[in-house]
Amino acid sequence: MRLDARWLHPGAWWVWALGLAAAASRTTNPLLLLLIIGVAAIVVQARRPDEPWGRSFTFFVKLGIVVIVVRIAVQLLFGAAVGTTTLVELPGATLPTWLAGVRLGGDVMLESLLMALYDGLRLATILICIGAANSLASPTRLLKSVPAALYELGVSVVVALTFTPQLVADVDRLRTARRLRGRRTTGMRAIAGSAIPVLEGALERSVTLAAAMDSRGYGRRGDIPRRDRHVTSALLLGGLVTACIGVFGLVSADSPVVLGLPMLVLGTVATVIALARAGRSRVRTRYRPDPWSAPEWWVSLAGASTAVAFSVAAWLGAAGMTTSFDPPAWPELPWFAVIALLIAATPAVTAPPVPSGDSSSGSALADRGTAPVQMEVSA
Amino acid sequence: MIVFEDVSITYPGQDRPVLGHVNLQIPEGELVLVVGRTGSGKTTFLRAINGLVPHFTGGMLTGRILIDGRDTATHPPRELADLVGVVPQDPMSGFVTDIVEDELAYGMECLGLAPDVMRRRVEETLDLLGLADIRHRALRTLSGGQRQRVAIGAVLSTHPKVLVLDEPTSALDPGAAEEVLAALQRLVHDLGVTVVMAEHRLERVVQYADQIVLVPGGGLPITAGAPAEMMRTAPIAPPVVELARLAGWQPLPLSVRDARRAAGSLRDLLVGQQPRLRAVTAEQITLATTTDASVRYGTRPALRHVSVSAHAGEIVALMGRNGAGKSTLLNALVGVGPEPTGSVRVNGSDPRTLSGSELVHAVGLVPQEPADLLEATTVAEECRTSDRDAAAEPGTTRALLALMAPEIEDGIHPRDLSEGQRLLLVLCIILAARPPLLLLDEPTRGLDYPTKARLATALADLADAGHAIVLATHDVELVAEIADRVVILADGEIVADGATSHVVTSSPMFAPQVAKILAPQSWLTVQQVALALDESEAAG
Repeated sequence: MRLDARWLHPGAWWVWALGLAAAASRTTNPLLLLLIIGVAAIVVQARRPDEPWGRSFTFFVKLGIVVIVVRIAVQLLFGAAVGTTTLVELPGATLPTWLAGVRLGGDVMLESLLMALYDGLRLATILICIGAANSLASPTRLLKSVPAALYELGVSVVVALTFTPQLVADVDRLRTARRLRGRRTTGMRAIAGSAIPVLEGALERSVTLAAAMDSRGYGRRGDIPRRDRHVTSALLLGGLVTACIGVFGLVSADSPVVLGLPMLVLGTVATVIALARAGRSRVRTRYRPDPWSAPEWWVSLAGASTAVAFSVAAWLGAAGMTTSFDPPAWPELPWFAVIALLIAATPAVTAPPVPSGDSSSGSALADRGTAPVQMEVSA
Repeated sequence: MIVFEDVSITYPGQDRPVLGHVNLQIPEGELVLVVGRTGSGKTTFLRAINGLVPHFTGGMLTGRILIDGRDTATHPPRELADLVGVVPQDPMSGFVTDIVEDELAYGMECLGLAPDVMRRRVEETLDLLGLADIRHRALRTLSGGQRQRVAIGAVLSTHPKVLVLDEPTSALDPGAAEEVLAALQRLVHDLGVTVVMAEHRLERVVQYADQIVLVPGGGLPITAGAPAEMMRTAPIAPPVVELARLAGWQPLPLSVRDARRAAGSLRDLLVGQQPRLRAVTAEQITLATTTDASVRYGTRPALRHVSVSAHAGEIVALMGRNGAGKSTLLNALVGVGPEPTGSVRVNGSDPRTLSGSELVHAVGLVPQEPADLLEATTVAEECRTSDRDAAAEPGTTRALLALMAPEIEDGIHPRDLSEGQRLLLVLCIILAARPPLLLLDEPTRGLDYPTKARLATALADLADAGHAIVLATHDVELVAEIADRVVILADGEIVADGATSHVVTSSPMFAPQVAKILAPQSWLTVQQVALALDESEAAG
């Protein structure tokens, strides 16, 4: 099967990545966690676009390593002693009871080290899965898919996203400018001196952009009665608040049942109705919205099925989902988890390849049109 | 199509109107050129067409502006978006999305066009402006000319009846400018779009205009008329017109082609004479050299094995396309930007190793955005800090400024100066330290003719005083006027390096208008011709 290059719907990548993250949260088996990271890495490698956000995966991997190191360090410094196998003997002190009796330092135990490692690895894996979604799905394309009612919000985020790199470029330019005037380019005074021009520049740009957007028709309203708009906003706000109460009711154990599921359902329904109303009454339309077809279904199902498999296995208490650290035991490799992860890796092949944006960079000179014709003018 | 009925516009806090009692009619399908000095109200005039003035900027509008029958007083810019497309001066500042194709569709999305219509129009626009092979590119990776074309396409896709452009070619190299103007020509001829455009570089556009609107500034009445008529008396004119006035050609030619037909007798008159060139000091003191210098941004090479030098008393012009490496070369000479391989020597030392104060005394660069260098809140304070930075006598910068731009007052905020005034202020700041090597990066972008003339005189005086001057520019007329030597860069490599008259006349892209008209003789400026005619008259 040969797939035409196109952008996969960013929502599909997010469903897939969150599925992997959910699976990771259900296990402490280091082998499975490493496999999940491997799956994420393979898919990212295969379907990552050559854009600035596409390179964010390595950043998340580094962040994951930091998380593991911090988790272990915290365990060694403050953690309660777990287990019996001493690896390194270190002096330690227990703070008095009025300071909660926290233990500082002390012997390094294999068991507590393993506990911290597994725990940190799980957190790191979840982070890396999110990093995978980040580098696979274009943030601006994701914003294009937000419901029409939230469109204004989406535009603000897009504008903010493009402004950040420009701000960095501005800081760079002003440092150069300071050097040209023979001033110091480092230190507090340099930063203070360039802060105002940078902010002025950003403000000026926002005003220019606002003018440009206004003249291109941003914020045109159709003939919608004012009352209708108010009803829609009220419905949206009320729905969101109700849904939040519902979530709170579900999570906290000792709240009345009425506050839980019924509120959540009610709130969600109200929000959906409000979004639909707002979407209908908009003037604007969408240019080439990302389709949701077979590859999107496949990618999101691959992630979701992994999450379901891991959750069911953890719920049933299947062997190999958790790895014992006290006493230390070799992690097992449950066959069903491996199959689930193989399915999770299929987007590396089933997702369409990314269109290469630079297909024409070589012709940057060619499309300049007329090459200077040599015309000899003899004097 | 566009009707101004007794329009006056006054900005808040000002007692005099920017534009007073404008009565004007622009018929459908015309290309109208708006000319006038910086700060004369050109931009106000353009922005009034789609209601940005006064809806967005504030201010008082009296009289009526009708666009295809719609009154801008009752229609804010967004309600005129289907009728008027506005391309801002810096196209990048008006982009909302980040991909070419999405940017073309953005305006149509706002207007709520049906998806199949949008799809078709995006394809049409891509073809019309030659953007098809860059449709998936990120906007920030485009060259200046490509950006300008995308900006035009982005407003064109909504099929506006009026297109308003503010200096569409001022930041572009000659080739890219021609490309943009050709696209505009096509719109006017094939689609009947009414185009209103402000431009300082008259030599590029005047031949395409059907009507010229002169905005004199200071609340004086606006005048409009046919180009040949207006150019006869206009205070600012392109070289072709000046030459025609000098030679007394009738009717007034506006294009090089028409001028060449009339120029036969003038060429005969000039036979046997040579243009007088500025005398360059005999002893050649080399102030700057690069030997085999290469610079990369990441993996992209910006300069490849460039060896070039600049001598005392000489004005060198760096030319070439947008992105050819001109700015990179200037940056390397002051030691900013990525570190070059090969050697860069300024006054015998590597600029990177110099301390701040040593650097400003060895070399000065006026960057593309001169405003970057300004931090203070008044001109006087800026001059004081400049004296301090340069370790010069207090009052040095102020005295230089009084010489170059006597009209600038002490208490004014640098941001309130016009673009040209800001440039001169920065030039004075740089000159306070008396650097023997002076570099300028596109100094004439957005400058009107009088300011440009002032800058040209200042630079010639500095070169006579023994400074070496290197300027990167797209302005062929300025180069013809002041440069002794021209270095042409292409794709990071030097493709030509030689005397101005030789280099610019051998390429139609970089030849000034006078050279094109009087070829095969090698005259470059109207002034040279005038001098020669005076002499032959005195002799004969």
